[in-house]
Amino acid sequence: MKAKHQRLTLVVFALFAIVAAGLIAAWALRNQANYFYLPEQMAAEPPAVGQAVRLGGMVQPGSIETQADGVTVSFVVTGKEASAVPVRYSGILPDLFVEGSGVVAEGSLGADGVFQATNLLAKHDENYVPRELEGLEGHQAADYAEDSTVGLD
Amino acid sequence: MIAEIGLAALWLATALAVLQMVSGAMGLSTKDERLQAFAIYARPAAVVQAFLAVLAFLMLLWAFAITDLSIKLVATNSHSMKPFIYKLTGTWGNHEGSMLLWVAVLALSGGLLAYMERRLPERTMNATLAVQGSIALGFYAFLLLSSNPFERLPIPAAEGVGLNPLLQDIGLAVHPPTLYVGYVGLSVAFSLAMGALITRQVTPDFAKVIRPWVLFAWVFLTFGITAGSYWAYYELGWGGWWFWDPVENASLMPWLAATALLHSVSVLAARDALRTWTIMLGVLAFSMSMLGTFLVRSGVLTSVHAFAVDPERGTFILILLGLYIGGALTIFALRASSISEGKRFTVTSREGALVFNNVMLSAILAIVLLGTLYPLLTEAFDVRVSVGPPYFNPASAIFAIPMFLVMAVGPLLRWKNDKPKRIQFELLLVASILIAVIALVAILGDHAILPVLGLALAAALAVAAFLPLKGRKLSRVPTATWGMVCAHFGVAVALFGMASESAFTQERLAAVAPGDTEQVGDWTITLEGVDPVAGPNWTAIEARVAASRGNEEPIILTPQARSFWAPSQATSESALITRWDGQLYAVIGDQAGVDEAGNTRWQLRVWWKPFVTFIWYGGLLISLGGVLSIIGRVRVDLKRRHAVRKGEARRADQAALDQTKQPEPA
Repeated sequence: MKAKHQRLTLVVFALFAIVAAGLIAAWALRNQANYFYLPEQMAAEPPAVGQAVRLGGMVQPGSIETQADGVTVSFVVTGKEASAVPVRYSGILPDLFVEGSGVVAEGSLGADGVFQATNLLAKHDENYVPRELEGLEGHQAADYAEDSTVGLD
Repeated sequence: MIAEIGLAALWLATALAVLQMVSGAMGLSTKDERLQAFAIYARPAAVVQAFLAVLAFLMLLWAFAITDLSIKLVATNSHSMKPFIYKLTGTWGNHEGSMLLWVAVLALSGGLLAYMERRLPERTMNATLAVQGSIALGFYAFLLLSSNPFERLPIPAAEGVGLNPLLQDIGLAVHPPTLYVGYVGLSVAFSLAMGALITRQVTPDFAKVIRPWVLFAWVFLTFGITAGSYWAYYELGWGGWWFWDPVENASLMPWLAATALLHSVSVLAARDALRTWTIMLGVLAFSMSMLGTFLVRSGVLTSVHAFAVDPERGTFILILLGLYIGGALTIFALRASSISEGKRFTVTSREGALVFNNVMLSAILAIVLLGTLYPLLTEAFDVRVSVGPPYFNPASAIFAIPMFLVMAVGPLLRWKNDKPKRIQFELLLVASILIAVIALVAILGDHAILPVLGLALAAALAVAAFLPLKGRKLSRVPTATWGMVCAHFGVAVALFGMASESAFTQERLAAVAPGDTEQVGDWTITLEGVDPVAGPNWTAIEARVAASRGNEEPIILTPQARSFWAPSQATSESALITRWDGQLYAVIGDQAGVDEAGNTRWQLRVWWKPFVTFIWYGGLLISLGGVLSIIGRVRVDLKRRHAVRKGEARRADQAALDQTKQPEPA
């Protein structure tokens, strides 16, 4: 093999691998579009039972309830529209997990329609908001929560 | 005065960066000797600049040490009552301070390069210094025009706002500076690569010059990522060691590129092959560290580690990124064809294996890069997505698994051309370990596929790492080879820790009243009590948890939930027991009502994570491997110089003797 050919082979191999990586990434990322759900999306097109997804929205005021075991918490996550997803979480609540504030729940939808969260991402401090919930903060949060709770009871 | 000295030093350093850039570029002239003469200013400019930039940083450090609240940066990021050590580390716990640290490290490494490097051809050195000067100039401009750390307040503040409590941790004292040294070390590699490309001097000698810089940057990156992972693990209280957070990815991407570069530089130094590929990786590695800086500093990402900053700064870094990378790629496109590829080799050779792993590392880099940037892209179209472990883990594993397999046997191959048959014993050994471990874990229980493959690969790699020593006299093995063995073994150790943690972790979450007992793995946990405690700038509730296993004496763990008042924020301080075979990790939560007897119950979360510490031991071993390699190279270098000097001395003696002898016949 001439030097020129070897160089060409190398370039082709490298290109092939990088393109493969790109294709795999593109394919996997398209599936990832189903990774993050707002409550209205989850209501319209629920993910498969047990599929690992994230649910993001507002904690509906008055919905936080601690179960008798002391570590299981259930609450309702609402979005911009009149949709709400009940969530169950067993674990230590993040420090800034409060009613009417944004939250991203990692977990999966259970067969009973309750979202089983394995991890909650709340604000870390005033400066850090989960990326997906930007624009859903502050005074707007109350509005959304108000809008979205109409007719839920 | 302190602030003014710092600011003046920065402006002077900027002027010197201009001088360095211009005189280095003039030194490139091939025809005009008067222009060439200006090149003598490039080296001193770089050295003095290093002093000035470091001086500016020391001035800021001083201002933080004495809490000079007339400086805006100190007032907004520190507090009169903060513990002294965190006053110091607070210097770089903010945007301006960390950029100043970055610039200081950049100037320091540029100065060291200018002062020490004497082996490169003079023109290549001039080109390198010109490139290094232009990088420094861009970052000085960024600092002075958009994020002046020495800005004064019209009226000094009374107490100061404080520092994010998450950052008030000794982990922060080591983690960002080490990463910066790594990032910035890659800037020198970039400058050297560009210099060699401009003057078409991509030779094994060039590879020997660039190698210690790449090794140095890589050791610091490895150590920084390891320290950062451990910091996030114990400080954030979630028990996870890697989150695929964009800021973590921002440090992983340059590491992947630097790892590829390191191996490709070895091929260039030893075998004079892969010339353009090495240059390309040099450009890529620094591009990734700039991209990392952009992602973290621009405010396009929000993360635990990113400081909220305004978009103007993001634009500035993006322009710098475009200029440097665009410029580098343009020069690359113009020059690449005039650099011959060097010596040839076959697929089944050491070079072949290294090329394969280089390409796999680049593919993983592409996966991480696309996954990190994708949410930013979709957001431009107003679609919010998040990309998490379900994407990163399998997509990167597709390329990581073949890479680990080749990594196990690659070092056993000979340079240039080899036959797989020669190492068939080793190949069989590695294959049988893989199959045996997979079978063993499958019999033991039902586990996810990635952890099982991870365990098997870790076992195979651990053995394979030592195979290059087989049949050699250990005292004769070069230090750099020990470095490789150590680093590769470190990869196996880290991989084992990761796989073991994700396959075997046990968790117990309960609401317990004092006196209650729980079981996690083979540990017995008893809550003895919960008390209020206070620190210098926080109050907390602290649980006393007795943990024991078997007949051991119980150990008291004290996890805390802390409340800081400046700024007002809560953090969770985990408590850990470290054993050789794993770690017990406890976190205290909120009050959870009362039990039947009327005692207050507390949420307690405890994990037993088998061999989790191996993740970071592995990281340390990998860094140590890099250090050994540097030591080995330096020793060889010193020996060679010594030999040359001895030779010269002997020749001089001979010449002197000849001279004294000469008069005799007369």
